[in-house]
Amino acid sequence: MAMLEIKNLGIDFGGLRALTGFDFALDQGELVGLIGPNGAGKTTVFNIVTGVYSPSAGDVQLRGASITGKKPYQVNRLGIARTFQNVRLFGGLSVLDNVLIGFNRSVAHGFLGTLVRSRKHQMEEHAQEDQAIELLREFDLVDRMDDLARTLPYGSQRRLEIARALATAPRILMLDEPAAGMNPQEKTDLMELIHSVRDRFQIGIWLIEHDMTLVMSICQRITVLDHGETIAVGSPREIQDNDKVIEAYLGKAEV
Amino acid sequence: MPALRRKSVPVWTVNSAIVILIAALWPISSAFDKYMDNYVLDVLIRMGFAIILAVSLNLINGITGQFSLGHAGFMAIGAYTGGVLLKHYQNDLVGMILPVAFVGVTVLGGITAAMVGLVVGIPTLRLRGDYLAIATLGFGEIIRVVLNQIESIGSFEVGGSAGLHDIPHIANFFWSGAWAIVCVVVIARLVYSAKGKPFFAVREDEIAAGAMGIDTTNYKVAAFVIGAFFAGVAGVLSATLSGNLDPGDFNFVKSIEIVVMVVLGGSGSITGSILAAILLTYLPEQLRSFQDWRLVIYALLLIVMMLVRPEGLLGNRELWRVRRTRVASDAANRGLAV
Repeated sequence: MAMLEIKNLGIDFGGLRALTGFDFALDQGELVGLIGPNGAGKTTVFNIVTGVYSPSAGDVQLRGASITGKKPYQVNRLGIARTFQNVRLFGGLSVLDNVLIGFNRSVAHGFLGTLVRSRKHQMEEHAQEDQAIELLREFDLVDRMDDLARTLPYGSQRRLEIARALATAPRILMLDEPAAGMNPQEKTDLMELIHSVRDRFQIGIWLIEHDMTLVMSICQRITVLDHGETIAVGSPREIQDNDKVIEAYLGKAEV
Repeated sequence: MPALRRKSVPVWTVNSAIVILIAALWPISSAFDKYMDNYVLDVLIRMGFAIILAVSLNLINGITGQFSLGHAGFMAIGAYTGGVLLKHYQNDLVGMILPVAFVGVTVLGGITAAMVGLVVGIPTLRLRGDYLAIATLGFGEIIRVVLNQIESIGSFEVGGSAGLHDIPHIANFFWSGAWAIVCVVVIARLVYSAKGKPFFAVREDEIAAGAMGIDTTNYKVAAFVIGAFFAGVAGVLSATLSGNLDPGDFNFVKSIEIVVMVVLGGSGSITGSILAAILLTYLPEQLRSFQDWRLVIYALLLIVMMLVRPEGLLGNRELWRVRRTRVASDAANRGLAV
Protein backbone atom coordinates (compact mmCIF):
# COMPACT_ATOMS: atom_id res chain seq x y z
CA MET A 1 0.00 0.00 0.00
CA ALA A 2 1.24 3.42 -0.94
CA MET A 3 1.75 6.21 1.58
CA LEU A 4 -0.84 8.43 -0.10
CA GLU A 5 -3.61 6.83 -2.08
CA ILE A 6 -6.39 8.64 -3.91
CA LYS A 7 -9.32 6.75 -5.36
CA ASN A 8 -11.91 7.99 -7.82
CA LEU A 9 -11.77 11.57 -6.53
CA GLY A 10 -14.29 14.04 -7.92
CA ILE A 11 -15.71 17.45 -7.10
CA ASP A 12 -18.47 19.67 -8.48
CA PHE A 13 -18.65 23.41 -8.06
CA GLY A 14 -22.30 24.15 -8.60
CA GLY A 15 -22.95 22.63 -12.00
CA LEU A 16 -19.32 22.60 -12.99
CA ARG A 17 -17.54 19.28 -12.74
CA ALA A 18 -14.02 20.35 -11.86
CA LEU A 19 -12.58 16.89 -11.29
CA THR A 20 -13.71 13.35 -12.05
CA GLY A 21 -12.39 9.87 -11.39
CA PHE A 22 -8.97 10.96 -10.21
CA ASP A 23 -6.76 8.07 -9.06
CA PHE A 24 -3.30 8.49 -7.68
CA ALA A 25 -0.69 6.92 -5.44
CA LEU A 26 2.49 8.36 -3.95
CA ASP A 27 5.13 6.60 -1.89
CA GLN A 28 7.90 7.69 0.40
CA GLY A 29 10.95 8.91 -1.52
CA GLU A 30 9.04 9.41 -4.77
CA LEU A 31 9.01 12.62 -6.77
CA VAL A 32 5.90 12.87 -8.88
CA GLY A 33 4.50 15.59 -11.09
CA LEU A 34 1.00 16.84 -11.83
CA ILE A 35 0.66 18.87 -15.01
CA GLY A 36 -2.03 20.15 -17.32
CA PRO A 37 -3.22 23.32 -19.05
CA ASN A 38 -4.61 26.22 -17.04
CA GLY A 39 -7.91 25.38 -15.38
CA ALA A 40 -7.35 21.65 -15.68
CA GLY A 41 -8.02 21.12 -11.97
CA LYS A 42 -4.50 20.66 -10.62
CA THR A 43 -4.75 23.05 -7.71
CA THR A 44 -8.25 21.70 -7.05
CA VAL A 45 -6.69 18.27 -6.47
CA PHE A 46 -4.23 19.79 -4.01
CA ASN A 47 -6.99 21.68 -2.26
CA ILE A 48 -9.07 18.55 -1.82
CA VAL A 49 -6.16 16.49 -0.53
CA THR A 50 -5.18 19.18 1.99
CA GLY A 51 -8.73 19.61 3.25
CA VAL A 52 -9.54 23.02 1.77
CA TYR A 53 -12.41 21.53 -0.27
CA SER A 54 -14.53 18.46 0.47
CA PRO A 55 -14.79 16.14 -2.53
CA SER A 56 -18.19 15.14 -3.86
CA ALA A 57 -16.87 11.66 -4.68
CA GLY A 58 -13.94 9.44 -3.86
CA ASP A 59 -11.53 8.98 -1.00
CA VAL A 60 -8.08 10.18 0.05
CA GLN A 61 -6.09 7.81 2.23
CA LEU A 62 -2.87 8.41 4.09
CA ARG A 63 -1.17 5.21 5.21
CA GLY A 64 -4.41 3.33 4.76
CA ALA A 65 -6.58 5.70 6.83
CA SER A 66 -9.08 7.98 5.16
CA ILE A 67 -8.37 11.69 5.56
CA THR A 68 -11.28 12.84 3.42
CA GLY A 69 -13.21 15.67 5.04
CA LYS A 70 -10.51 16.49 7.58
CA LYS A 71 -9.70 20.14 8.17
CA PRO A 72 -6.49 21.58 6.69
CA TYR A 73 -4.74 21.78 10.07
CA GLN A 74 -5.61 18.13 10.77
CA VAL A 75 -4.32 17.03 7.38
CA ASN A 76 -1.07 18.83 8.10
CA ARG A 77 -0.74 17.18 11.49
CA LEU A 78 -1.24 13.79 9.85
CA GLY A 79 1.79 14.42 7.68
CA ILE A 80 0.93 16.36 4.53
CA ALA A 81 2.47 19.79 4.08
CA ARG A 82 2.00 22.12 1.14
CA THR A 83 3.03 25.36 -0.46
CA PHE A 84 0.74 27.69 -2.38
CA GLN A 85 0.57 28.82 -5.98
CA ASN A 86 0.56 32.47 -4.91
CA VAL A 87 3.12 32.39 -2.08
CA ARG A 88 1.44 32.61 1.30
CA LEU A 89 4.09 33.53 3.82
CA PHE A 90 3.52 35.27 7.12
CA GLY A 91 4.83 38.46 5.52
CA GLY A 92 4.84 40.65 8.62
CA LEU A 93 6.87 38.13 10.62
CA SER A 94 10.57 37.43 10.46
CA VAL A 95 11.97 34.69 8.25
CA LEU A 96 12.94 32.77 11.39
CA ASP A 97 9.46 33.12 12.89
CA ASN A 98 7.91 31.77 9.70
CA VAL A 99 9.86 28.55 10.14
CA LEU A 100 9.37 28.48 13.92
CA ILE A 101 5.61 28.50 13.41
CA GLY A 102 6.09 25.32 11.42
CA PHE A 103 7.69 23.71 14.48
CA ASN A 104 4.91 24.97 16.70
CA ARG A 105 3.03 21.71 16.93
CA SER A 106 5.84 20.05 18.83
CA VAL A 107 5.70 22.51 21.75
CA ALA A 108 5.28 20.31 24.82
CA HIS A 109 5.48 22.67 27.79
CA GLY A 110 2.30 24.08 29.29
CA PHE A 111 0.68 27.49 29.46
CA LEU A 112 2.13 28.20 32.90
CA GLY A 113 5.61 27.25 31.71
CA THR A 114 5.24 29.83 28.97
CA LEU A 115 4.16 32.52 31.42
CA VAL A 116 6.99 32.07 33.92
CA ARG A 117 9.49 31.17 31.19
CA SER A 118 10.28 27.85 32.87
CA ARG A 119 13.53 26.02 32.20
CA LYS A 120 11.70 23.47 30.08
CA HIS A 121 10.17 26.30 28.08
CA GLN A 122 13.57 27.86 27.46
CA MET A 123 15.19 24.57 26.51
CA GLU A 124 12.43 23.81 24.06
CA GLU A 125 12.50 27.27 22.53
CA HIS A 126 16.24 27.08 22.06
CA ALA A 127 16.08 23.59 20.60
CA GLN A 128 13.44 24.75 18.12
CA GLU A 129 15.37 27.85 17.28
CA ASP A 130 18.48 25.75 16.59
CA GLN A 131 16.47 23.40 14.37
CA ALA A 132 14.90 26.30 12.52
CA ILE A 133 18.26 27.97 11.95
CA GLU A 134 19.67 24.66 10.72
CA LEU A 135 16.82 24.39 8.23
CA LEU A 136 17.26 27.98 7.10
CA ARG A 137 20.95 27.33 6.57
CA GLU A 138 20.15 24.46 4.24
CA PHE A 139 17.84 26.73 2.30
CA ASP A 140 20.42 29.47 2.20
CA LEU A 141 18.22 31.90 4.09
CA VAL A 142 20.07 32.13 7.38
CA ASP A 143 21.61 35.51 6.60
CA ARG A 144 18.18 37.05 6.37
CA MET A 145 16.49 35.26 9.23
CA ASP A 146 15.73 38.47 11.12
CA ASP A 147 14.22 40.24 8.12
CA LEU A 148 10.51 40.36 7.51
CA ALA A 149 9.47 37.59 5.14
CA ARG A 150 7.81 40.04 2.78
CA THR A 151 11.08 41.84 2.17
CA LEU A 152 12.72 38.76 0.62
CA PRO A 153 13.15 38.52 -3.15
CA TYR A 154 10.55 36.35 -4.83
CA GLY A 155 12.75 33.31 -5.33
CA SER A 156 13.76 33.35 -1.67
CA GLN A 157 10.12 33.64 -0.62
CA ARG A 158 9.37 30.46 -2.53
CA ARG A 159 12.30 28.71 -0.86
CA LEU A 160 11.17 29.93 2.55
CA GLU A 161 7.70 28.56 1.92
CA ILE A 162 9.19 25.13 1.26
CA ALA A 163 11.38 25.38 4.37
CA ARG A 164 8.36 26.36 6.44
CA ALA A 165 6.38 23.40 5.11
CA LEU A 166 9.25 21.04 5.96
CA ALA A 167 9.31 22.39 9.51
CA THR A 168 6.00 20.62 10.13
CA ALA A 169 7.83 17.30 9.57
CA PRO A 170 5.65 16.01 6.74
CA ARG A 171 5.76 12.59 5.08
CA ILE A 172 4.33 14.09 1.92
CA LEU A 173 5.23 17.51 0.55
CA MET A 174 2.96 19.08 -2.04
CA LEU A 175 4.42 21.97 -4.05
CA ASP A 176 2.03 24.11 -6.09
CA GLU A 177 4.06 25.66 -8.92
CA PRO A 178 7.28 26.11 -6.94
CA ALA A 179 9.15 27.58 -9.93
CA ALA A 180 6.52 30.12 -10.95
CA GLY A 181 8.06 33.55 -11.42
CA MET A 182 11.61 32.32 -11.01
CA ASN A 183 14.44 33.15 -13.37
CA PRO A 184 16.39 30.32 -15.09
CA GLN A 185 19.18 30.31 -12.50
CA GLU A 186 16.69 30.18 -9.63
CA LYS A 187 14.90 27.32 -11.38
CA THR A 188 18.09 25.29 -11.68
CA ASP A 189 18.83 25.87 -8.00
CA LEU A 190 15.28 24.93 -7.10
CA MET A 191 15.55 21.63 -8.99
CA GLU A 192 18.65 20.73 -7.02
CA LEU A 193 16.94 21.80 -3.82
CA ILE A 194 13.89 19.63 -4.43
CA HIS A 195 16.12 16.66 -5.16
CA SER A 196 18.14 17.14 -2.03
CA VAL A 197 15.00 17.63 0.07
CA ARG A 198 13.64 14.32 -1.10
CA ASP A 199 16.90 12.50 -0.46
CA ARG A 200 17.57 14.05 2.92
CA PHE A 201 14.07 13.96 4.39
CA GLN A 202 13.01 10.75 2.64
CA ILE A 203 9.57 12.09 1.93
CA GLY A 204 7.25 11.83 -1.02
CA ILE A 205 7.10 14.99 -3.12
CA TRP A 206 4.19 15.81 -5.39
CA LEU A 207 4.44 18.93 -7.47
CA ILE A 208 2.37 20.97 -9.86
CA GLU A 209 4.51 22.79 -12.38
CA HIS A 210 4.18 24.54 -15.71
CA ASP A 211 7.87 24.55 -16.46
CA MET A 212 8.23 21.42 -18.59
CA THR A 213 12.02 21.29 -18.46
CA LEU A 214 11.84 21.19 -14.70
CA VAL A 215 9.03 18.64 -14.52
CA MET A 216 10.54 16.34 -17.12
CA SER A 217 13.98 16.40 -15.56
CA ILE A 218 13.12 15.72 -11.93
CA CYS A 219 9.86 13.77 -11.83
CA GLN A 220 9.80 9.97 -11.89
CA ARG A 221 6.15 9.83 -12.84
CA ILE A 222 3.75 12.39 -14.20
CA THR A 223 -0.02 12.66 -14.19
CA VAL A 224 -1.63 14.88 -16.82
CA LEU A 225 -5.00 16.51 -16.16
CA ASP A 226 -7.24 18.23 -18.67
CA HIS A 227 -10.73 19.54 -17.95
CA GLY A 228 -10.77 17.64 -14.67
CA GLU A 229 -9.95 14.29 -16.24
CA THR A 230 -6.76 12.30 -16.14
CA ILE A 231 -5.60 12.00 -19.74
CA ALA A 232 -2.23 10.37 -19.19
CA VAL A 233 -0.04 8.78 -16.52
CA GLY A 234 3.53 7.67 -17.02
CA SER A 235 7.22 8.42 -17.09
CA PRO A 236 8.37 11.79 -18.48
CA ARG A 237 9.37 10.03 -21.71
CA GLU A 238 5.93 8.45 -22.15
CA ILE A 239 4.19 11.73 -21.38
CA GLN A 240 6.27 13.66 -23.90
CA ASP A 241 5.23 11.31 -26.68
CA ASN A 242 1.58 11.01 -25.66
CA ASP A 243 -0.77 12.31 -28.37
CA LYS A 244 -3.52 13.26 -25.98
CA VAL A 245 -1.12 15.38 -23.96
CA ILE A 246 0.19 17.15 -27.01
CA GLU A 247 -3.38 17.75 -28.10
CA ALA A 248 -4.38 19.15 -24.70
CA TYR A 249 -1.48 21.59 -24.70
CA LEU A 250 -1.20 22.52 -28.35
CA GLY A 251 -4.57 21.64 -29.82
CA LYS A 252 -5.34 19.06 -32.49
CA ALA A 253 -3.38 19.17 -35.70
CA GLU A 254 -5.65 19.90 -38.61
CA VAL A 255 -5.49 17.58 -41.56
CA MET B 1 29.21 26.69 12.83
CA PRO B 2 27.58 27.82 16.09
CA ALA B 3 23.94 28.77 16.21
CA LEU B 4 23.02 32.42 16.38
CA ARG B 5 21.20 33.52 19.48
CA ARG B 6 20.10 36.76 20.99
CA LYS B 7 21.80 37.84 24.13
CA SER B 8 19.57 38.64 27.05
CA VAL B 9 19.32 38.83 30.81
CA PRO B 10 18.61 35.65 32.82
CA VAL B 11 14.96 34.86 33.30
CA TRP B 12 15.04 34.66 37.09
CA THR B 13 16.15 38.28 37.37
CA VAL B 14 13.27 39.39 35.16
CA ASN B 15 10.79 37.27 37.12
CA SER B 16 12.03 38.61 40.46
CA ALA B 17 11.98 42.16 39.16
CA ILE B 18 8.33 41.78 38.20
CA VAL B 19 7.39 40.45 41.66
CA ILE B 20 9.39 43.16 43.43
CA LEU B 21 7.85 45.84 41.26
CA ILE B 22 4.33 44.70 42.11
CA ALA B 23 5.17 44.48 45.81
CA ALA B 24 6.70 47.96 45.71
CA LEU B 25 3.48 49.38 44.35
CA TRP B 26 1.80 48.78 47.71
CA PRO B 27 3.80 51.32 49.77
CA ILE B 28 3.96 53.65 46.77
CA SER B 29 0.20 53.53 46.52
CA SER B 30 -0.19 54.31 50.25
CA ALA B 31 2.13 57.28 49.86
CA PHE B 32 0.17 58.50 46.83
CA ASP B 33 -3.09 58.22 48.78
CA LYS B 34 -1.63 60.42 51.50
CA TYR B 35 0.30 63.04 49.61
CA MET B 36 -0.87 63.19 46.03
CA ASP B 37 -3.56 65.43 44.65
CA ASN B 38 -6.75 63.37 44.32
CA TYR B 39 -7.37 64.41 40.77
CA VAL B 40 -3.88 63.52 39.58
CA LEU B 41 -4.03 60.20 41.38
CA ASP B 42 -7.39 59.47 39.77
CA VAL B 43 -5.90 60.07 36.32
CA LEU B 44 -2.91 57.84 37.12
CA ILE B 45 -5.19 55.02 38.25
CA ARG B 46 -7.32 55.32 35.15
CA MET B 47 -4.17 55.10 33.04
CA GLY B 48 -3.67 51.62 34.52
CA PHE B 49 -7.20 50.63 33.52
CA ALA B 50 -6.62 52.00 30.03
CA ILE B 51 -3.43 49.95 29.72
CA ILE B 52 -5.27 46.76 30.69
CA LEU B 53 -8.07 47.49 28.22
CA ALA B 54 -5.81 48.51 25.33
CA VAL B 55 -3.31 45.67 25.71
CA SER B 56 -6.04 43.04 26.06
CA LEU B 57 -7.90 44.37 23.02
CA ASN B 58 -4.61 44.45 21.13
CA LEU B 59 -4.34 40.69 21.64
CA ILE B 60 -7.65 40.31 19.79
CA ASN B 61 -7.50 43.13 17.22
CA GLY B 62 -3.84 43.78 16.61
CA ILE B 63 -2.04 40.52 17.31
CA THR B 64 -4.62 37.97 16.21
CA GLY B 65 -6.17 40.33 13.65
CA GLN B 66 -9.81 39.78 14.66
CA PHE B 67 -11.46 43.18 14.65
CA SER B 68 -13.66 43.34 17.75
CA LEU B 69 -15.81 46.27 18.82
CA GLY B 70 -17.19 44.52 21.88
CA HIS B 71 -14.58 45.29 24.49
CA ALA B 72 -16.83 47.63 26.49
CA GLY B 73 -19.34 44.76 26.70
CA PHE B 74 -16.79 42.48 28.35
CA MET B 75 -15.76 45.31 30.62
CA ALA B 76 -19.40 45.83 31.62
CA ILE B 77 -19.78 42.15 32.51
CA GLY B 78 -16.75 42.32 34.79
CA ALA B 79 -17.80 45.65 36.26
CA TYR B 80 -21.30 44.47 37.15
CA THR B 81 -20.13 41.08 38.44
CA GLY B 82 -17.69 42.85 40.74
CA GLY B 83 -19.94 45.80 41.58
CA VAL B 84 -22.98 43.70 42.46
CA LEU B 85 -21.01 41.23 44.60
CA LEU B 86 -18.95 43.83 46.42
CA LYS B 87 -21.94 45.99 47.19
CA HIS B 88 -23.95 43.03 48.46
CA TYR B 89 -21.22 41.72 50.72
CA GLN B 90 -19.56 45.01 51.68
CA ASN B 91 -20.35 44.67 55.38
CA ASP B 92 -18.60 41.29 55.50
CA LEU B 93 -15.44 42.54 53.83
CA VAL B 94 -13.38 44.01 56.63
CA GLY B 95 -9.73 44.07 57.59
CA MET B 96 -7.45 41.57 55.93
CA ILE B 97 -10.29 39.72 54.24
CA LEU B 98 -10.85 42.67 51.97
CA PRO B 99 -7.72 42.50 49.75
CA VAL B 100 -8.01 38.72 49.45
CA ALA B 101 -11.69 38.89 48.64
CA PHE B 102 -11.04 41.70 46.19
CA VAL B 103 -8.52 39.60 44.27
CA GLY B 104 -11.10 36.81 44.22
CA VAL B 105 -13.89 39.09 42.99
CA THR B 106 -11.63 40.66 40.36
CA VAL B 107 -10.62 37.26 39.03
CA LEU B 108 -14.26 36.16 39.12
CA GLY B 109 -15.27 39.25 37.14
CA GLY B 110 -12.60 38.37 34.62
CA ILE B 111 -13.68 34.73 34.41
CA THR B 112 -17.32 35.70 33.92
CA ALA B 113 -16.35 37.99 31.06
CA ALA B 114 -14.08 35.27 29.65
CA MET B 115 -16.90 32.73 29.69
CA VAL B 116 -19.17 35.13 27.87
CA GLY B 117 -16.26 35.71 25.49
CA LEU B 118 -16.15 31.98 24.83
CA VAL B 119 -19.89 31.77 24.18
CA VAL B 120 -19.87 34.85 21.94
CA GLY B 121 -16.57 34.01 20.30
CA ILE B 122 -17.27 30.53 19.01
CA PRO B 123 -20.07 31.57 16.63
CA THR B 124 -18.89 35.09 15.76
CA LEU B 125 -15.25 34.26 15.04
CA ARG B 126 -16.34 32.47 11.90
CA LEU B 127 -16.99 35.95 10.56
CA ARG B 128 -14.23 38.05 9.11
CA GLY B 129 -13.34 41.71 9.04
CA ASP B 130 -16.30 44.07 8.93
CA TYR B 131 -18.78 41.32 9.70
CA LEU B 132 -17.01 40.38 12.91
CA ALA B 133 -16.81 44.06 13.87
CA ILE B 134 -20.58 44.46 13.44
CA ALA B 135 -21.37 41.24 15.31
CA THR B 136 -19.21 42.21 18.29
CA LEU B 137 -20.64 45.72 18.24
CA GLY B 138 -24.10 44.17 18.46
CA PHE B 139 -22.99 41.98 21.34
CA GLY B 140 -21.74 45.00 23.29
CA GLU B 141 -25.00 46.83 22.81
CA ILE B 142 -27.00 43.78 23.90
CA ILE B 143 -25.06 43.67 27.16
CA ARG B 144 -25.77 47.33 27.77
CA VAL B 145 -29.47 47.04 27.02
CA VAL B 146 -29.84 43.93 29.20
CA LEU B 147 -28.09 45.67 32.11
CA ASN B 148 -30.50 48.57 31.67
CA GLN B 149 -33.42 46.21 32.24
CA ILE B 150 -32.23 44.25 35.27
CA GLU B 151 -33.17 45.89 38.58
CA SER B 152 -32.03 43.00 40.72
CA ILE B 153 -31.20 39.30 40.70
CA GLY B 154 -32.67 37.70 43.82
CA SER B 155 -31.46 39.78 46.73
CA PHE B 156 -28.57 41.20 44.69
CA GLU B 157 -29.16 44.77 43.58
CA VAL B 158 -28.13 45.46 39.95
CA GLY B 159 -29.70 48.87 39.57
CA GLY B 160 -31.14 48.78 36.05
CA SER B 161 -31.25 52.06 34.19
CA ALA B 162 -30.80 54.06 37.40
CA GLY B 163 -27.33 52.54 37.73
CA LEU B 164 -25.64 50.84 40.66
CA HIS B 165 -24.31 53.17 43.32
CA ASP B 166 -22.38 53.09 46.59
CA ILE B 167 -20.08 50.28 45.54
CA PRO B 168 -17.21 50.18 48.04
CA HIS B 169 -14.20 52.20 46.94
CA ILE B 170 -11.34 49.73 46.76
CA ALA B 171 -9.39 50.31 43.55
CA ASN B 172 -6.28 52.39 44.13
CA PHE B 173 -2.94 52.88 42.47
CA PHE B 174 -1.72 49.49 43.69
CA TRP B 175 -4.58 47.46 42.18
CA SER B 176 -4.52 49.40 38.96
CA GLY B 177 -0.74 49.11 38.57
CA ALA B 178 -0.50 45.49 39.69
CA TRP B 179 -3.18 44.30 37.28
CA ALA B 180 -1.72 46.35 34.46
CA ILE B 181 1.64 44.64 35.02
CA VAL B 182 0.04 41.20 35.20
CA CYS B 183 -1.92 41.86 32.02
CA VAL B 184 1.10 43.08 30.08
CA VAL B 185 3.40 40.30 31.30
CA VAL B 186 0.88 37.53 30.63
CA ILE B 187 -0.01 38.71 27.14
CA ALA B 188 3.52 39.65 26.10
CA ARG B 189 5.01 36.40 27.30
CA LEU B 190 2.24 34.41 25.73
CA VAL B 191 2.48 35.91 22.27
CA TYR B 192 6.26 36.21 22.20
CA SER B 193 6.81 32.52 22.82
CA ALA B 194 6.76 29.37 20.76
CA LYS B 195 3.24 28.68 22.01
CA GLY B 196 2.04 32.16 21.10
CA LYS B 197 3.50 32.64 17.63
CA PRO B 198 0.39 31.22 15.96
CA PHE B 199 -1.61 34.26 17.17
CA PHE B 200 0.43 36.33 14.71
CA ALA B 201 0.22 33.61 12.06
CA VAL B 202 -3.58 33.77 12.18
CA ARG B 203 -3.41 37.51 11.59
CA GLU B 204 -0.88 37.24 8.77
CA ASP B 205 -2.58 34.49 6.76
CA GLU B 206 -5.29 32.27 8.12
CA ILE B 207 -5.16 29.79 5.25
CA ALA B 208 -1.40 29.38 5.49
CA ALA B 209 -1.67 29.05 9.27
CA GLY B 210 -4.16 26.21 8.83
CA ALA B 211 -1.87 24.53 6.31
CA MET B 212 0.90 24.71 8.93
CA GLY B 213 -1.12 22.60 11.35
CA ILE B 214 -2.44 25.49 13.41
CA ASP B 215 -6.00 25.15 14.65
CA THR B 216 -6.89 28.73 13.81
CA THR B 217 -10.32 28.65 15.46
CA ASN B 218 -8.69 27.62 18.73
CA TYR B 219 -6.28 30.51 18.64
CA LYS B 220 -8.94 33.05 17.71
CA VAL B 221 -11.20 31.90 20.53
CA ALA B 222 -8.24 31.86 22.94
CA ALA B 223 -7.40 35.47 22.03
CA PHE B 224 -11.05 36.43 22.55
CA VAL B 225 -11.28 34.66 25.92
CA ILE B 226 -8.00 36.04 27.30
CA GLY B 227 -8.83 39.53 26.01
CA ALA B 228 -12.31 39.34 27.57
CA PHE B 229 -10.83 38.18 30.88
CA PHE B 230 -8.67 41.26 31.24
CA ALA B 231 -11.47 43.55 30.05
CA GLY B 232 -13.57 42.03 32.85
CA VAL B 233 -10.78 42.67 35.33
CA ALA B 234 -10.56 46.30 34.22
CA GLY B 235 -14.34 46.46 34.67
CA VAL B 236 -14.21 45.32 38.29
CA LEU B 237 -11.43 47.78 39.04
CA SER B 238 -13.26 50.69 37.45
CA ALA B 239 -16.48 49.86 39.34
CA THR B 240 -14.64 50.19 42.65
CA LEU B 241 -12.87 53.39 41.71
CA SER B 242 -15.87 55.66 41.26
CA GLY B 243 -18.28 53.52 43.25
CA ASN B 244 -20.94 54.05 40.61
CA LEU B 245 -21.97 52.02 37.59
CA ASP B 246 -24.24 53.11 34.79
CA PRO B 247 -24.96 50.83 31.81
CA GLY B 248 -24.46 53.88 29.59
CA ASP B 249 -20.77 53.94 30.55
CA PHE B 250 -20.28 50.83 28.47
CA ASN B 251 -21.75 51.90 25.16
CA PHE B 252 -19.95 51.47 21.86
CA VAL B 253 -18.20 54.82 22.25
CA LYS B 254 -16.23 53.20 25.06
CA SER B 255 -15.31 50.28 22.79
CA ILE B 256 -14.19 52.67 20.09
CA GLU B 257 -12.09 54.61 22.60
CA ILE B 258 -10.16 51.39 23.28
CA VAL B 259 -9.86 50.56 19.57
CA VAL B 260 -8.41 54.05 19.02
CA MET B 261 -5.75 53.32 21.65
CA VAL B 262 -4.79 50.09 19.90
CA VAL B 263 -4.64 51.69 16.46
CA LEU B 264 -2.84 54.80 17.64
CA GLY B 265 -0.23 52.79 19.53
CA GLY B 266 0.29 50.47 16.59
CA SER B 267 -1.80 47.35 16.03
CA GLY B 268 0.19 44.39 17.24
CA SER B 269 2.57 46.37 19.43
CA ILE B 270 2.02 45.84 23.15
CA THR B 271 4.31 48.67 24.16
CA GLY B 272 2.52 50.83 21.58
CA SER B 273 -0.79 50.12 23.29
CA ILE B 274 0.69 51.03 26.66
CA LEU B 275 1.99 54.36 25.35
CA ALA B 276 -1.28 55.15 23.61
CA ALA B 277 -3.31 54.24 26.70
CA ILE B 278 -1.26 56.62 28.81
CA LEU B 279 -1.34 59.35 26.18
CA LEU B 280 -5.06 59.11 25.46
CA THR B 281 -5.93 59.15 29.15
CA TYR B 282 -3.70 62.15 29.79
CA LEU B 283 -4.60 64.17 26.70
CA PRO B 284 -8.33 64.70 27.33
CA GLU B 285 -7.47 65.84 30.86
CA GLN B 286 -4.95 68.37 29.54
CA LEU B 287 -7.51 69.64 27.07
CA ARG B 288 -10.09 70.36 29.76
CA SER B 289 -9.11 74.03 29.72
CA PHE B 290 -10.37 74.25 26.13
CA GLN B 291 -13.82 73.24 27.35
CA ASP B 292 -16.18 72.95 24.37
CA TRP B 293 -13.34 72.57 21.90
CA ARG B 294 -11.88 69.65 23.78
CA LEU B 295 -13.38 66.88 21.68
CA VAL B 296 -12.65 68.72 18.46
CA ILE B 297 -8.99 69.12 19.33
CA TYR B 298 -8.82 65.51 20.46
CA ALA B 299 -10.32 64.33 17.18
CA LEU B 300 -8.02 66.60 15.16
CA LEU B 301 -4.99 65.20 16.93
CA LEU B 302 -6.10 61.69 16.02
CA ILE B 303 -6.59 62.65 12.38
CA VAL B 304 -3.16 64.27 12.19
CA MET B 305 -1.63 61.26 13.88
CA MET B 306 -3.19 58.87 11.39
CA LEU B 307 -2.07 61.02 8.47
CA VAL B 308 1.49 61.31 9.69
CA ARG B 309 1.92 57.81 11.08
CA PRO B 310 -0.81 55.51 9.77
CA GLU B 311 0.90 52.48 11.27
CA GLY B 312 0.57 53.96 14.78
CA LEU B 313 3.20 55.14 17.22
CA LEU B 314 5.25 51.97 17.18
CA GLY B 315 3.81 50.16 14.18
CA ASN B 316 4.40 46.46 14.59
CA ARG B 317 7.42 46.80 16.81
CA GLU B 318 8.01 46.57 20.53
CA LEU B 319 10.19 48.93 22.52
CA TRP B 320 12.10 46.10 24.13
CA ARG B 321 12.74 44.32 20.86
CA VAL B 322 15.62 46.40 19.74
CA ARG B 323 17.51 44.78 16.90
CA ARG B 324 18.69 41.47 18.19
CA THR B 325 22.35 41.08 18.88
CA ARG B 326 23.79 37.98 17.42
CA VAL B 327 26.03 35.97 19.65
CA ALA B 328 27.62 32.61 19.20
CA SER B 329 25.71 30.14 21.27
CA ASP B 330 27.56 28.04 23.77
CA ALA B 331 26.76 26.24 26.97
CA ALA B 332 27.08 29.49 28.86
CA ASN B 333 24.23 31.34 27.26
CA ARG B 334 21.86 28.41 27.23
CA GLY B 335 19.17 29.11 29.75
CA LEU B 336 19.00 32.75 28.79
CA ALA B 337 15.97 34.20 27.17
CA VAL B 338 13.93 37.34 26.80
